[in-house]
Formats: sequence, structure tokens, C-alpha cells
Amino acid sequence: MEFANLLPVLAFYLFAGSACFCALMVVIARNPVRSVLFLVATFFSVAALFVMLGAEFLAMLLVVVYVGAVAVLFLFVVMMLDVDFVELKQGFAEYLPLGGLLAFVLTVELIVLGATFRLPQNVVAQVPIDPGVSNLEAFGLVLYTDYAFFFEAAGLILLVAMIGAILLTLSDKKGVKRQNVSAQVARTPKDGLKIVDVKPGEGIV
Amino acid sequence: MEIGLAHYLAVGAILFTIGIFGIFVNRKNVIIILMSVELILLSVNVNFVAFSAHLNDLAGQVFALFVLTVAAAEAAVGLAILVVYFRNRGDISVDHINLMKG
Repeated sequence: MEFANLLPVLAFYLFAGSACFCALMVVIARNPVRSVLFLVATFFSVAALFVMLGAEFLAMLLVVVYVGAVAVLFLFVVMMLDVDFVELKQGFAEYLPLGGLLAFVLTVELIVLGATFRLPQNVVAQVPIDPGVSNLEAFGLVLYTDYAFFFEAAGLILLVAMIGAILLTLSDKKGVKRQNVSAQVARTPKDGLKIVDVKPGEGIV
Repeated sequence: MEIGLAHYLAVGAILFTIGIFGIFVNRKNVIIILMSVELILLSVNVNFVAFSAHLNDLAGQVFALFVLTVAAAEAAVGLAILVVYFRNRGDISVDHINLMKG
């Protein structure tokens, strides 16, 4: 086989292997910081697979949104919480046999299903991919027209999530000094300034 | 040897089961459970994009975009709940999470 033909196959196995390995390390790593870093590596590998599939926009989105925002958010929370992670790891060995068995059975079933699955021949593409149009442009052409309502619904979901996250973590502590705008605006020079005539040698009582 | 749909579906299946496995074995650690849920959603995206490329249909990639949105929102709210839970209890052990009772 020619090397040029072999290269995509090698690249697929490299990225797929690294994605699976890093995903496994996410769940079995002892240190949660390492878990987050392996999660980042998993996202990178899957982004590479997306590029191989021709979904460049989603690949970049995965890198920017996931690695840049979600994974950093995870890292932030892991580092912020002062938790004994060794204690949380207890029970790992207890659930390992059952979990491993379940995962093995599920993997074999899904792979057999995927290998034997045959698509019906009369599938009609909803949005056919035009080879002359770039992936990003094709996205833009349908996202704001055919899928405009879904796009707005996605925006609404993000808004709700943002409000929810802020409301949940907003702490209303006692003893915190806050700005009192009306008191500040109502303040006059007369309230704030007092001129005292200090006599020499006496001081202020 | 050609890399086809089945190969990508296999990658998706493996990522999915690793996510399930992670939820099983890390019963106490909510952070790892949230990361496992992210892995599961990622595997769903792999399937969507693989079918999109195979059927030459952009709709799958558009749906993957929305899955990505929901996953990001879920991570944000989940981590916010986690932070509040830690503030109230001082740990993040899921064993006592039923004490919250609404």
C-alpha cells in the first residue's frame, strides 16, 4: 500500500487511540487536576477526528468552547474546592468489577451494532453538503435561516444556565459592606465637612 | 483498508462506555461524574458528525452544535450546584447529597 493512502488510516488510529486512552485516564486518574488535563487532551483528539471528517467548524468550536471555557471551568472548581480527593477515591475498587463488566458488555454490543448496521438506501439529506462551499460558510447559511429558531433556543438555554449559575453561587453574606447609592447621592458638603476653629494650645475636646 | 463510518462509530461507542464506566466507579466524586457526562455527550457528537459526513448531510453537524451548547450549559449549572453544595457541607461526597431534600 502506498504511504499516501496509509497516512489517513495511521492518523485515524493515532487520534482515536489517544482519544480513548485519555478518556480512560479521565475516569481512573487519582488526581482530579490530571483528570481535567486528560479531558482537555480527549477534546483535542476528538477535534482532530472532526477535522478528518470534514467538520472543521465543530472541531474549532470544541477547542475554543471546551478547552477554553468548560475545561478551564472544571479546573477552576477542582482547584477552588479544598477537598480530600483520596477519600473520594474510596469505593473505586469495590465498583470496578461490576463497572468493568458493564462497560465491556456495552462496548461489545455497541461496536457489533455499529459494524452490522446498514443504512437504508433511500436516505435523503436534509441539508446536502456542497463541496464548493466551506464548512463554516455552509454552517452560516443554514444556522441563521433554517435553524434560526433552534439557534435562538440555544441562546435562551445559555442565558438560563448563566442566570442559574450566577443565582446559585451568589452569596448574600452578612457583614459585607455594600454600596448605598441613595445615601451617597443624598450626601451634602454640610454632612461631610465640619470646620473647627482650633485654638492654640487647647486642641479639640 | 479504508476508514469508514463503522470506525468512527466504534470510537463513539468506546467513549460512551468509558463515560458510563466513569460514573460507575467514581460514585463519590461529583466532579469526575460531571466529566464523565461530558465524555458521553462528546461520544454522541462523534456519532452525529460521523453520520453527517457519511450521509453528506450538514444537519447532523448542526445538531452536534446544539448538543455542545446544552453540554456547556449543563457543566456550568452542575459546577455551580457543586460549589453551593461544598459551601454548605464542606465536602462534595455524593453519599450525603440526599440530605439536601429540596
